[in-house]
Amino acid sequence: MKKPGKASSKHTILENRSKLQDAIELRLPGDPKYLKIIRLALVHCCAHAGFSTDDGQSIALATDEACTNIIKHAYSRESSEPINVVIRIIKNGIQIILRDFGKKVEEKELKSRDLDDIRPGGLGIHFISSIMDKITYDNSCREGNKLVMTKYLPQY
Amino acid sequence: MVELVTEKIEKGAIIGIAGDVDLYSSPEVRQTLMELTGKKTKHLLIDLSRVSYMDSSGVATLVEALQQTNGYKGKLILFGLEAMVKEVFELSRLDKVFNICGTRENALEKLG
Repeated sequence: MKKPGKASSKHTILENRSKLQDAIELRLPGDPKYLKIIRLALVHCCAHAGFSTDDGQSIALATDEACTNIIKHAYSRESSEPINVVIRIIKNGIQIILRDFGKKVEEKELKSRDLDDIRPGGLGIHFISSIMDKITYDNSCREGNKLVMTKYLPQY
Repeated sequence: MVELVTEKIEKGAIIGIAGDVDLYSSPEVRQTLMELTGKKTKHLLIDLSRVSYMDSSGVATLVEALQQTNGYKGKLILFGLEAMVKEVFELSRLDKVFNICGTRENALEKLG
């Protein structure tokens, strides 16, 4: 059985002293019970970026759905694998970067389903693409996947 | 974290849900609803007035319960949706599929 605790510093963000200008970094286990922390961080940062409360909640939903996909598909619900999140307030909106180290996901798998096909599941991608303005998926990382999502302020 | 309260009524049950319904809590919501549909509880009225957040896993749970109740000619009615939850149903166009009421009284009236 794996012993708990004692994380190696090279695997933590504790030793990273690079500057963070209008950005926050979170490193969480890929466990559904931590999704709320990501949502709360998003709502807070979106308010600082100038988004309305409703828009902030929508951006939090899109990010939650992307993390849900990581937990379900990249990590096959293995809850101790990390999800690294960077939330960056940019001049004209907000940018969210999600990084996982799980199974690579092919871009063609990231298609929204036909909404007329009423059945449980398959709506997450539709929510993400309806809410966010720009989505860049990168599976060229040596391990895992990277997703960059951007939402611009209404005036842009 | 989610709280579920089931109240029996003459024609079925009213299920009150409180909290965020996401990938973490939706299995608990699903279990409650599947127990009721498993017993073919005729009509299910779901009170969402204390749900401030719902993601696609929560919506999927409700779609599954709707299909079950439709299967035995029962009704599933949602009421008291907060703005954020309403938006999720609109985004998925499921606001046209579900029977959605403003209040508990409106939902009870639908049962006739």
